Amino acid sequence: MKFLRRFFIRLSNFATRRRADQRLREELAEHVALQTEENLRAGMSPVEARRQAVLKLGAAQAIREQHHAEQGLPLAENFLFDLRYAFRMLHRSPAFSLIVIAIMALGIGATTAFYSVIDATLLHPLPYPNPSEIVRIEANLPGVGAHDVGFSIPELRDLQNSGIFQYVSFCFFGTDTLTGSGQPTRIAGKTVSPSYFAVLGVDAQLGRTFDPHDASPGSNGEVVISDGLWKRAFGADLHILGKSIRIDNDLFHVVGVMPASFRDQGQTSEEVSTELWAADGFYGDPSSPPMRGTRTPYETIARLQPGLSPKAAQGRLDALVASLKKQYPVDYPPQAEWTFHLTPLAETLVGNVRQSLILLFGAVGLVLLISCVNVANLLLARASARGREIAVRQALGAAKTRLIRQLVTESLLLFVLGGIIGFAILFCARKFLLQFVPESLPRLNDISISWGVLAFAIVVSVAAGTIFGLAPAWLMSRLDLTTTLRQEGRGSNGSRKRSRLRHALVIGELALSLVLLIAAGLLLRSFWDLFKVQLGFNPTRVMAIETSLPNPNDPSTDIYRTATQESVFLREALRRIRTIPGVKETAVSDRAAIPLGHGENDLRPRPLIREGQDVQSSQPPLIDTSIVSPEYFHVLGMTLLRGRLFADQDLEDTPSIAVINQAAARTYWPNQDPVGKRVSFRSRAAEPGWTTIVGVIADARTESLVDAGIPQVYLDIYQRPAKFLALYLRGQVDPATISAQVRTQVQAVDPEIPVFHAETLDDVLSSSLSVRRFSMEMVALFAGTALLLAGLGIYGTISFLVHEQSREIAIRLALGAQRRDILKMVLRQGLTLAAVGAGVGLVGALIVSHLMAGLLYGVSPYDLSTFAGVTAVLTAVAIAASYVPALRAMRLDPITTLHAE
Amino acid sequence: MKEKPDVLQGTLALMVLKTLDVLGPQHGYGIARRIEQISGDLLAVNQGTLYPLLLKLEHEGSIASQWGASENNRRARFYRLTAAGRGQLLAETREWEQTAAIIARFFNAKAEDLA
Repeated sequence: MKFLRRFFIRLSNFATRRRADQRLREELAEHVALQTEENLRAGMSPVEARRQAVLKLGAAQAIREQHHAEQGLPLAENFLFDLRYAFRMLHRSPAFSLIVIAIMALGIGATTAFYSVIDATLLHPLPYPNPSEIVRIEANLPGVGAHDVGFSIPELRDLQNSGIFQYVSFCFFGTDTLTGSGQPTRIAGKTVSPSYFAVLGVDAQLGRTFDPHDASPGSNGEVVISDGLWKRAFGADLHILGKSIRIDNDLFHVVGVMPASFRDQGQTSEEVSTELWAADGFYGDPSSPPMRGTRTPYETIARLQPGLSPKAAQGRLDALVASLKKQYPVDYPPQAEWTFHLTPLAETLVGNVRQSLILLFGAVGLVLLISCVNVANLLLARASARGREIAVRQALGAAKTRLIRQLVTESLLLFVLGGIIGFAILFCARKFLLQFVPESLPRLNDISISWGVLAFAIVVSVAAGTIFGLAPAWLMSRLDLTTTLRQEGRGSNGSRKRSRLRHALVIGELALSLVLLIAAGLLLRSFWDLFKVQLGFNPTRVMAIETSLPNPNDPSTDIYRTATQESVFLREALRRIRTIPGVKETAVSDRAAIPLGHGENDLRPRPLIREGQDVQSSQPPLIDTSIVSPEYFHVLGMTLLRGRLFADQDLEDTPSIAVINQAAARTYWPNQDPVGKRVSFRSRAAEPGWTTIVGVIADARTESLVDAGIPQVYLDIYQRPAKFLALYLRGQVDPATISAQVRTQVQAVDPEIPVFHAETLDDVLSSSLSVRRFSMEMVALFAGTALLLAGLGIYGTISFLVHEQSREIAIRLALGAQRRDILKMVLRQGLTLAAVGAGVGLVGALIVSHLMAGLLYGVSPYDLSTFAGVTAVLTAVAIAASYVPALRAMRLDPITTLHAE
Repeated sequence: MKEKPDVLQGTLALMVLKTLDVLGPQHGYGIARRIEQISGDLLAVNQGTLYPLLLKLEHEGSIASQWGASENNRRARFYRLTAAGRGQLLAETREWEQTAAIIARFFNAKAEDLA
């Protein structure tokens, strides 16, 4: 307390020091005057009287200074002095200051920009209260290699009653069609169990969310809508609560409007901007009463009991699984190894781009480091030029710490100015820069330049300024006074320590650039390989347009319940679309069949039961299935290898048939002909419902560009109805108007059907590469910057060396050295630096490339040609950068140089 | 920042307070003269150190100052004891007397007393 009070007194003194000093001075003068008067009265001569008075008073200046030091804040005062001096220095060499500030603005601006991305995606991915309590639960069957197989209703109840969670909620994302007012609109919607908002911990701004204890078995008819939808579709109607709306022909009433700031959780930006949530109890479907073995791929999120760590919760979950397995041995055969796996929700949301983001942040950090090293090098060069000034100060009695403090203040000023300018540029250009971020990045809309980001920029600048200003300052404060003062006037050859530090800095710069260049090279090669990969299908001039049929909860109101009912609509719609000018061929499929373009949720893997092989097993392998029309394979240019494709005579009442790809044939019928084999996709039904495989097509990378060998089954859409559809058009069409044209044709058949999201398959393909492309471009950009900075660094160092050695060079020339030898000598110095830098860099690059192996495709992380090529490029740049100063050295005129000395 | 253990500064402060207590408001020179008269050589040199002390005491609230006219009509700053200063003086006097008594007893102690 006392210390604090003293500090505040000192602080106030610091502010009022002029007044206190003034008063002290007055009083001391007054004292001297009075004493002089008295001495005069005692009979002294006027001069002697004053002399005695001053003697008696003591050293007035020292008293004042001591008082000042004791009562003020000398550190802060010195800092202000240093700062003023630093500003003056900055002003005196504007070109130097400008270069340093520009380099730091670049480094800190770029780092801060990426920090803002990381801040929104990795650090704060969940804008909900106590986000660490929210987890995602997955059910896995590692024994049969199946992940995220979903949950059955009894399992969900077990989770709810386990006591591990405050709330458990199931949901699935889809698109719904909102009808009733004007054009049927398709909106991103989620069907959620009533505890969904309780898990997230967010309440409605108007009305209410769902009652987490609502136990209605199916839909209870309640929906909550987003602020955006409320304003757009309902004109921000304050009386919206209780109003009825029609979604996929079902009647719902609105019970609440979420706040404008609410963002849903989800892995895609589409899911994050969900606009409608419908409550559902998930066990009201009369066609499939809740059975333990009937799993549906719901997404399950839950809020842990307060204070329970995810690890502890996983432990209790494992115990629950063990007891359930004991209780229901038939449903959970031991060989399937059924488990629940719990992951903090924050981790699952950015899972697929986490590695790319960390790589980019690392790359931008390296650029910052290189900028700092470069600036440290420049500072050291300037400090060397100021050796005389510093030596004089030291000779006059400046303490070393004081000198260091002053030099560090100067570098701090430069770094912080650089940081502020970098931040300002970033702030002004944020909208422009955000365009370059791929749309598939999760939480893209939440990236903002916040106070936290500003704090980051300042902390980074101050830390960098201190660290990289300290080394040159420390070295300079250890000058040898006599030699410096004697030599500095005439181009000295500097201290060996300083030049050693300069060399180390340049080597570091080169090494860091090499690491970045190799990372960029490897990413570029992976991207190129992916770009050039054999697709197995032909996306050229094919356009996919999505549509969806109403999917009412009450099957009796569904006019497209059977494949026959649906096929009438589909055939007529396709026939009409073919009349659009330019359209040559058409096809239709469910959304899972859109090559590379469907969401994770569109996949509905089904159990594959092979006749005669695993009828008895209740844990068959799961396989991706798509439902397509017969023309699908032709429109997409997929090759038939064996058997036949679907034909027009295959209908709902003819035997059910399927086409598989080669990977499926290889995996499930090794060394056999799968054509003619029968499979079923119903694992526990009494009636298997056999489907005959009629054809095998060649593998195509429709699921993943990276993996060609994912087993696929295709079913005939005229035999099995699907609700979420994609229409394919091959031909020469105008992407701008095609949506409207197709909509006209489709709605001529049924005006309630929405048509949306037209995209060419080429676009789908390129956007599936967007995150990779973005990281590659960014790392390449950073590597280019690093290379430039490293080139500048080596140029500066060699120039400085030449300048330092000009006397030696002149003497050599005077003694008859060949100019070629001088050139070689200088170049050798540059090359030595480059070689050591490359050596260190290669070791670093090996470590980094090992870490980023997961981001590479088709290229080994230790790819020899990339490593060799990049090293060659770096060496070439180093030679080019040393060549200019080497030429200067070679053309040195010995006579002028030696005279000037 | 370390504080010097300045016994002299402490005693000087006490002297200032006591002088003001006994003689009423005084200007700096007057205080210096009185202390010199009473303590002899202690303040013979470096009378200037008194002024930072006065400033400090005023900051701490033990004394207050205002402008006034000295005996020979010069403008001078007059210091007076505040209530807080008076309290501080009492407390410090007591402390000093205690310390002095203890030290005195030690000096008077003989070997047989400690046996």
